[in-house]
Amino acid sequence: MKYLLIILFSLLSFNSAFSEENFDNFLFKNSKLIINSSSKTVGTFLEKINVYDQNTVSRFLNLWKNKKLFYIKETKKIVLISKFDNKTYYAIDIFSNAKIGKKKKKDFKKIKPNSGVRAKIATALVNFQIFSNDKNKRINSINALEKKILPEHLKLLRKAFLLEEDDRLKIKIKKLLQFAILQHGTDDKEKIKVLNELKTNTSIEVRAVLSKLLRTSEIKVTRNIEDLNNLNIAQIIKPEVISKKQFGEVIKSFFYKEKLKLSVIDAYKIAQKNGFLDKRVSLNELKIILENNIVDNKILGIDIKEFNENSKRIEVYNKLAKIKNLNIYRDETELLNDLKQLHFYKIYIEKNKYITNKTKQVLDSINFKVKFYKYLDLFIDGLSLSSIYFLGAIGLAITFGVMRVINMAHGEFIMMGAYTGYVVQSYITNHTLSLIIAFPLAFIITFIAGVIMERLVIKHLYKNPLDTLLATFGISIALQQLAKNIFGTQARPLTSPSWLDGSLIINDDLSISYIRIAIFVLGVLFFLILLFVMKKTRFGLETRSVTQNPVMASNMGVNTEKINMLTFGFGSGIAGVAGVAIGLFSKVTSELGSEYIVQSFMTVVVGGVGSIWGTLAGASLIGFLQKFIEWFNPSNTLAAQTYMIIFIILFIQFRPRGLIALKGRAANDN
Amino acid sequence: MITDMNKSVKKHSLIFLITIFLFTLLVTFLSEPFGINFISTSFVKVLGKTLCLCIAAIAMDVVWGYCGILSLGHFAFFGLGGYMIGMWLMYERTSIIVLNSLDDSQLPFTEIELQEAIGNQIFGVVGGTEIPLIWTFADNLYFQIIFVILIPGLIAFIFGWLAFRSRVTGVYLSILTQAMTLALSLYLFQNDSGLRGNNGLSGLQNIPHLENLSQSTISILFLWLSSIGLIFSFVIFNYIIQSKFGSVITAIRDNETRLRFFGYNVEIYKLFIFVITAIITGLAGAIYYPQAGIINPAEIAPIASIYLAVWVAIGGRGKLYGAILGAASVSLLSSWFTGGNAPNIPLGFFTIEWVNWWTVFLGIGFVAITIFSKGGLIGMLNTLLVKIK
Repeated sequence: MKYLLIILFSLLSFNSAFSEENFDNFLFKNSKLIINSSSKTVGTFLEKINVYDQNTVSRFLNLWKNKKLFYIKETKKIVLISKFDNKTYYAIDIFSNAKIGKKKKKDFKKIKPNSGVRAKIATALVNFQIFSNDKNKRINSINALEKKILPEHLKLLRKAFLLEEDDRLKIKIKKLLQFAILQHGTDDKEKIKVLNELKTNTSIEVRAVLSKLLRTSEIKVTRNIEDLNNLNIAQIIKPEVISKKQFGEVIKSFFYKEKLKLSVIDAYKIAQKNGFLDKRVSLNELKIILENNIVDNKILGIDIKEFNENSKRIEVYNKLAKIKNLNIYRDETELLNDLKQLHFYKIYIEKNKYITNKTKQVLDSINFKVKFYKYLDLFIDGLSLSSIYFLGAIGLAITFGVMRVINMAHGEFIMMGAYTGYVVQSYITNHTLSLIIAFPLAFIITFIAGVIMERLVIKHLYKNPLDTLLATFGISIALQQLAKNIFGTQARPLTSPSWLDGSLIINDDLSISYIRIAIFVLGVLFFLILLFVMKKTRFGLETRSVTQNPVMASNMGVNTEKINMLTFGFGSGIAGVAGVAIGLFSKVTSELGSEYIVQSFMTVVVGGVGSIWGTLAGASLIGFLQKFIEWFNPSNTLAAQTYMIIFIILFIQFRPRGLIALKGRAANDN
Repeated sequence: MITDMNKSVKKHSLIFLITIFLFTLLVTFLSEPFGINFISTSFVKVLGKTLCLCIAAIAMDVVWGYCGILSLGHFAFFGLGGYMIGMWLMYERTSIIVLNSLDDSQLPFTEIELQEAIGNQIFGVVGGTEIPLIWTFADNLYFQIIFVILIPGLIAFIFGWLAFRSRVTGVYLSILTQAMTLALSLYLFQNDSGLRGNNGLSGLQNIPHLENLSQSTISILFLWLSSIGLIFSFVIFNYIIQSKFGSVITAIRDNETRLRFFGYNVEIYKLFIFVITAIITGLAGAIYYPQAGIINPAEIAPIASIYLAVWVAIGGRGKLYGAILGAASVSLLSSWFTGGNAPNIPLGFFTIEWVNWWTVFLGIGFVAITIFSKGGLIGMLNTLLVKIK
């Protein structure tokens, strides 16, 4: 090891024996190549500079890559420039940083390497920097290598792995070396050793490298099945007649991922390209040939009016084909017969069967672990959607769940809360502070709005819930339009504080954004507060007594009117606070509330009216169910919502009182 | 006493029907193709559409005002009716256009080529070329008219059967109907729903095989169709309400439990009313959308159905002509105010722009009517008349 180092250092010092002047000369000779560089020509140039001093060359390459270089038009000398005045610039030597002359601005010209050239320079730089004494440079070069590992890097990485002394960098280099071996290595035994080492690694990059090993060729075809014996076959494909999508298949594709299918037509094309079969006449070509043979509105004596069916066209075409010695038209089932004697297959690019099998095995065991994370991710998705639904429905859990008032303006209270957050934020720029102010302020504003609404409207309608529904709808449209008049129709930003940006990254497959965690925590917090207020305080006790039996409660000395008013205000206030939270992750518009209203009511109804636990259960059921349905068909959230609502309608059939149904006297119906 | 009341109701209905007839006649004489060209074609269309909304409103009144089921899903049936007729209108018109363009080729086209070309035309916007299964009968007007009746009827039947059977009543039923509406509109918003996603069906105002008639003539034709539809549905509903069946329905509204103890099968009655009103609403939609020209899933959104209830409540529920008054006045006024035609009111410190403020006042006015006058506008008129007498 030591000897190796010594040899290497001596090599380095030998390299620097070529003085900078030499490199300067070299540059001067090749200045045309640098000035008019293209990604084709730059390669040979970059190979030649290997012999010069590493620090100098890497400095030069960096300048070149970052478009810092200029040249003097007359002499083609490559220099740096610095400003003297508006029209004149100093020319500065690249290596010594000395001013070597003063010239007019127009005498200089910038060297602009295109992106292809810059990429080549970047890879070349790696060679110079990976052994640098400067640790930062080594890190940079390794980061550059991470993006793309080329075959020539394999040697470099082996050497770097031996020389590197920093532990963390060494681990990184080892990883890159493993990837390089898998991709470009020639020794199969070494590859298998690496594969064994990677067994427990679930990161995305490992999976990407492994699946690269399993790359396949395009579809090939042969007549003799014996041909396949010596190949590393990935898949044998049978062509099939692919019919139009039938309803049954739509359902099937909902549950199974589709396998690779090869239609007869495509298979035939491949076979024909490889010279196994004659050219096939397509229906369109057939039509053109027929059209070219029209004589007096007749083809072979048959009036063209009769050609309004494919069967007739084919029949006449086949006759024509015999006369004119053309290929006869064959339909898909006939083609399938022709194709039966052929074998379609794909091979792995990697020739060694043992390696591909081993890779598959390793990949399977990795995917098994990854699947677990995917399920965990799905669970967390469900949890956060549930907390969103819970936030939307939490105010209703009081006004509808406990008081049985259908408040269609509930969504507008959420909206009011969100707009409160926005207004506070436009005055207080510190996002954290503004949130701390916005939460109680939103509660106060919506509490007051709720109390006013209860006094003016709902008080008159307690006996008739259907009328309450309509009257509160009237309030809802009025409030929505009012918000539109005040804030306009475009979405307003309610930005979350910066410490809520980003996400908690557990591994490549599992990361939870902090805002989701915050919403979950808020949901739990609200739930606990609500539970505490309703079960442990005097106010909660009185509320429950008034809703269960107002006359009796009144006899016991409870001021029912006051309790009704305060309870409604409390529910509205909670909706407002939830609104601030909802505003953090969705757009604040006047329609914000109406997006939540139907789902919120469903949440309460599914969970069971009258119980805060019920709302929690309802939100969980709906949230998880929707994510679960989405999981089957991830591209289509609309469909998931549709199916979820249908499920809920059916669910209500079997449990009309919801998940957590009240029993006994508490469950008085209206 | 009862016969007296029946007589007066009959008299009222007759007066009403004659009014509708005379109104249609009047509009015809004021219109461009058949009269003195006082009313523009677009306004004739607005009037025709309003009549269709009135049909939906009386259906809503029967199901809510008489039977006590506050359905927040009837506008979905209205939209479905529109979609069913729209499928024929769009398919037929596209096939005519496609046939014309295919005429250029030398060989006559095959059925498959025709289908592909039509599919491309209609479903190109949503990235499809195949004609979905639900369009199988779109080339046949009679089948689609049957669907106008069948599809809303069937959905209402299934939904109503499920809901009434498990005795979901009151506000719970309202929420459930609203959920159904939301599900339907979300479903239609998908691109692969087979009904062109949020593009909806368009160009419905061009009636196939009537290309020779001008839009103004077609608008008068549809005005008459709408007015006949209104008269027809008024007569049907009036007949239902006046019959013994009608009394049972009103009794269900007032005390469902007692009626159940009397031995009536309440569910069947409710189901019948729910389904028949859904069918009539669907038919109204089928007349409405050819006049509107375009239908998309946003029309079916839950809020539209609530507005339907609002119209009925403002007009006066429990009276068929109340529903008509409410629907006609509120929808016409809404389009007048929000259309920017109403003069703004300067208050010195603030100018009331109706485009922005109409909905606010509508909402507040609606709250006031719900609280102070359960009978709506008709109720107010009646009390006024009684006081004068």
